[in-house]
Amino acid sequence: MPAVAAEGRGPAAPGAALLTIEGLAKVYPGGTQALAGVSFAIERPEVVAVIGSSGAGKSTLIRCINRLVEPTAGSIRLGATEIVGLPAGELRAARRRIGMIFQEFNLVDRLTVMENLLSGRLGSVGFFAALLRRYPPQDIAGAFAMLDRVGLAGLHDSRADALSGGQRQRVGIGRALMQNPELLLVDEPTASLDPKTARQIMRLIRALAQERGCAALVNIHDVALAQGFADRVLGLKAGRVAFDGRAGELTPAVLTDIYGAEDWSQTIRRADEEEAAV
Amino acid sequence: MNTAGYPTAWRPPSFFGTRGRQRLALAGALAYLAVSIGTLNIDPQRVLAGVGRAIDLFGRMIPPDFSRTGLLFRGMVESLQMAFAATLAGVVLSVPLGIAAARNLAPRPVYLAARGLIVVGRTFHEVIIAIFCVKLFGFGPVAGLITLAISSTIFLAKMLAEDIENVRVGPIEALRATGAGFGQVVVYAIVPQVLTRTTGTAIYRLDANVRHSTIVGIVGAGGIGHTLSASFSRYDYDFAAAILLCIIALVALGEWFSDWVRRRLR
Amino acid sequence: MTADLAARYPTIWRRRSRRESVIAWLWVAAVAAASVWSVSALDIEWLFFRDAHEQAIDLAQRMWPPRWSYLPQVVAPLIETIHIATLGTAIGVVFSLPLAFLAARNTTANGFTWAIGRALLVGSRSVNTVIWGLLFVAIFGPGPLAGIAAVAARSVGFLAKLVAEAIEEADRGPIEAIEATGASTWQVYLVGILPQVMPVLIGTTVYRWDINVRESSVLGFVGAGGIGIYLYASINQFAWQQVAVVLLAILAVVIASEAVSARIRARIS
Repeated sequence: MPAVAAEGRGPAAPGAALLTIEGLAKVYPGGTQALAGVSFAIERPEVVAVIGSSGAGKSTLIRCINRLVEPTAGSIRLGATEIVGLPAGELRAARRRIGMIFQEFNLVDRLTVMENLLSGRLGSVGFFAALLRRYPPQDIAGAFAMLDRVGLAGLHDSRADALSGGQRQRVGIGRALMQNPELLLVDEPTASLDPKTARQIMRLIRALAQERGCAALVNIHDVALAQGFADRVLGLKAGRVAFDGRAGELTPAVLTDIYGAEDWSQTIRRADEEEAAV
Repeated sequence: MNTAGYPTAWRPPSFFGTRGRQRLALAGALAYLAVSIGTLNIDPQRVLAGVGRAIDLFGRMIPPDFSRTGLLFRGMVESLQMAFAATLAGVVLSVPLGIAAARNLAPRPVYLAARGLIVVGRTFHEVIIAIFCVKLFGFGPVAGLITLAISSTIFLAKMLAEDIENVRVGPIEALRATGAGFGQVVVYAIVPQVLTRTTGTAIYRLDANVRHSTIVGIVGAGGIGHTLSASFSRYDYDFAAAILLCIIALVALGEWFSDWVRRRLR
Repeated sequence: MTADLAARYPTIWRRRSRRESVIAWLWVAAVAAASVWSVSALDIEWLFFRDAHEQAIDLAQRMWPPRWSYLPQVVAPLIETIHIATLGTAIGVVFSLPLAFLAARNTTANGFTWAIGRALLVGSRSVNTVIWGLLFVAIFGPGPLAGIAAVAARSVGFLAKLVAEAIEEADRGPIEAIEATGASTWQVYLVGILPQVMPVLIGTTVYRWDINVRESSVLGFVGAGGIGIYLYASINQFAWQQVAVVLLAILAVVIASEAVSARIRARIS
């Protein structure tokens, strides 16, 4: 599917990776060290799953990248732009290049599906245009096309709180992609969904990321799902990267290291079946 | 079936837990009744005499005297105008006070001051505020307007603060993540959540103000209240009856209107 | 690419249909017109507002420090105020139950009785406690008796309306079960409906009692007993430091009653 006006992408520096993280650290005011020096890079558009037990720092990592949470130390580069230390106006410009998808969908319940989709374009329209809901025609066409693509054609005037969980997440995905981002940050997209819908959503995210040529960093707690839909897996443990490799390289030993001792053979076998199904 | 050996008496458990506590509560209530009635010096003779006077009074009230329509009409219109203008002022002024009283928006000292102001403001009856306003602004509807505006502001600010405190953070975070500016986040994430309830509350307050506007006149703050109390003092009971009927009609109408609008808003 | 999209998908979208837009603007116009009408007709001396805050500060200064020696004189009227509120609420509860059954569609005898019930409800609720006070002072003469009657008269309608709603929304199941045993109508009411509406009744009664304490504080203005008369007299005598004491006393009592009411209602639910 053709992408909507490809504006807003950052300066393309030759050889610059899509996303480079170096030494990212976060200590919360209470003293908890959520991230203790995370470093990795995403060179090309691929789906990267982030796994790890609760408290390992997955959610903090995702939120630091677009500075919804302020990192304590380290560097985050989106293309050639250093995000840490950006002043407010430029931070907003950087955020426009990053789309975010949430576990709880985070739609504005009382607004319609169309308004929620178009809110993805808020970074590119002025205040009064946003207030009066006057968006450029190509955005409107893009929104209708997006509705079609995520399988919600005809629901544009429905209120967001009238939709099911899976439908709401589709709107959330659509909203993020309306930004035409270079990078997708996805925070546990399927934790609030039933298993079948969860697979449909993961399939949709993966397909759209590939179509749009954007990288996706996906927090996921279901290891089988991660292995089935990601190209690459990052394993976090106690705020550090404990594993960084292809999805197929996840062995029971690695999982024991990240999560602790368990019968991991079951999980790995299920993942093989997922891959076959996909 | 052989029922021998089973208890033949049963009483349901009481509201107060044990039987003993229920007796205690009953005794306490009766004791209170005796003490309070004694303290208040209410003797049955006065009550009976009252019944007689009541019948006499109602006799004099019927038929109600609607002849002084000018006075009646002016008073009612004045009450209505006070109510409406006060609600408007309340809506406008409640925004800063409500924001100041929202724990998730305001800095702590501001929050505490605003909440304190709201608690004190809610305690005093509109009539008390009316007396002070009459002292400050003189007799007439201006005092009434300001009285109702003050009580409306306090009430609406409290409701607004609660709405703001209950706002869901998720959508706000999501819109910030798209690179939207502060104003856009407010318009898209906060206003839709707050607006419907706020409008409903404002309509409810309008209805309440219509009721209160009928009594602030008793202390000189304008509206039909003064006419009513004057008619009682002059023993003009049939005129009083007419005024009462008009008040009932106005208030009932206002309440019906308020219910209708709030149902449509849903 | 974009032209291709624009050719296949609509490029226009409006949040509100034409009709909805017109209706919205009509409401805005109506509110604006009513605002202008109400403000202009009231002949507001905008000049007043300029020095009003100075006068308010002057007044506040005159109320400081409160004359605490006046406090003992205020205690008895305060207690009287609470009695008026409590007894009035109690009498209100007693009358509100039959009225509620009368005004509820599923327990009233016929359309006529329902209309009477509704009329009594509206009448009771539309007249302010203070106005009832005026009426009962004319009947019983000045004093707390008139105040109690006024509080009761206002509370009956308030309580009955909410209980009637609870009766109408009562679960049909238990009611039908008791009817099926062949019980009389009154027994059905007693065992099938009453227990269901009890929580509403009790919660609403406590809530109304709390409001009534506040209302009783001003009944004295029309001669119906309580602390109101002391406040009125102090203000008319310009004894501002006394006024401060009375206000603080009322503040304390109302806040205390609100706290008690909130505690009890939390216990119930």
